[in-house]
Amino acid sequence: MRETKYWTWHMAAGVVIFLLLGLHMTTMHMGGLTGLFVSHPGEESVARVNSQARDGQLFFTVGYIILLGVALYHGLYGLRTILFELTFRPPVERLISGFLLIFGLALFGLGAWAAIAAHSAALAARG
Amino acid sequence: MDQVMREKRDITFHIRRYTPGKDEAPHVIAYSVPVRQGMTVLEGLHYIKENLDQSLAWRYSCRMGVCGSCGMLLNGMPMLACNTQILDIATTGLTLGPLPNFEIIRDLVPDLTPMLEKHRSVMPYIRRADEKEINDPPGEFYQSPEQLEDYLQFSFCIKCGCCMAACPTLATDLRYLGPMPLAQAYRYNNDTRDGFSRERSDVAGSAHGAFRCHYAGECSRACPKGVDPAKAIQLLKRQLVVSYLRLGKAKKPCIKQGPPAGAERKPGIPEAPPYTVGQ
Repeated sequence: MRETKYWTWHMAAGVVIFLLLGLHMTTMHMGGLTGLFVSHPGEESVARVNSQARDGQLFFTVGYIILLGVALYHGLYGLRTILFELTFRPPVERLISGFLLIFGLALFGLGAWAAIAAHSAALAARG
Repeated sequence: MDQVMREKRDITFHIRRYTPGKDEAPHVIAYSVPVRQGMTVLEGLHYIKENLDQSLAWRYSCRMGVCGSCGMLLNGMPMLACNTQILDIATTGLTLGPLPNFEIIRDLVPDLTPMLEKHRSVMPYIRRADEKEINDPPGEFYQSPEQLEDYLQFSFCIKCGCCMAACPTLATDLRYLGPMPLAQAYRYNNDTRDGFSRERSDVAGSAHGAFRCHYAGECSRACPKGVDPAKAIQLLKRQLVVSYLRLGKAKKPCIKQGPPAGAERKPGIPEAPPYTVGQ
């Protein structure tokens, strides 16, 4: 039943990625058209001032962290599935699972720290 | 037209031969077989055995697509030799080989033991908590025609191994349960007489279970009985997820019904024979 749990969350993570990545693409590439999340309308969405403004919003910081988490889980579970199809012995499979878990948590910690640091820096710059 | 139907045509059978321990590697030997309209591959093999090469080995039994013994690779597709007519798939030459994804015992005989062990692991039989209830003959487990329809298609499986041979996932992941055992897990999970779907789902939902299926669909294409194992696996995935999320109704095994109260046996119907075991 454990694999059922992993797979269910893998599918759920895919849906969340679809929504958050959709929001990301809309913000980054259609900002000029929609005007959404563009604090400085004269500048492009990807310009530093607009990017920094989004970093200062809690909605975006939380969104970045969630997107990072689900993307890492979705991708690393997929990688684990591909590796498991190579018919390793059970101890090797446990080693792979353990390594991917630690690797994923490390990347998540690093990415979450970067998002929070950017949020703090944006708030500090705003005064 | 009738004359044409009776005409014989020579078809060359390119058969992959291999005897472990004797041959270094599999090799192909060609045999010319006079083929008439309607002749099956199995009949062609019999012709070779009787007239050309007595050492050729293959497995068969019923000759009518029921026992599932004569599964083999015909022109690159897993099929049953007994219900495949030669002229349906060949005009001048026909290649024959043992089912892939299995060890070879000899020539066209695959070792089906791993498949049967995986099949056994999914508990392909009706289980109920009360052993006495299932062994006590009076009464019957009531099942409606709709409930029967839920799993009937998947109960046509003859365990020939054609789906296992066609599965691309099984070609790399030897521990993957495979289409046949997973389809049978779904078949028994969906049987209202059964009460052990949770235990069966633990096996079917394991690391090398239903979730490793990529839905290539080759198993359903290869199945000679129209079982559609790929569909069964997708339905099994849904069943496992719904069960994990507790979204579906918990399955209760159907009740056992005795004879109607006050009913009398119609004349001329004999008594059931006495017990032979277990009493």
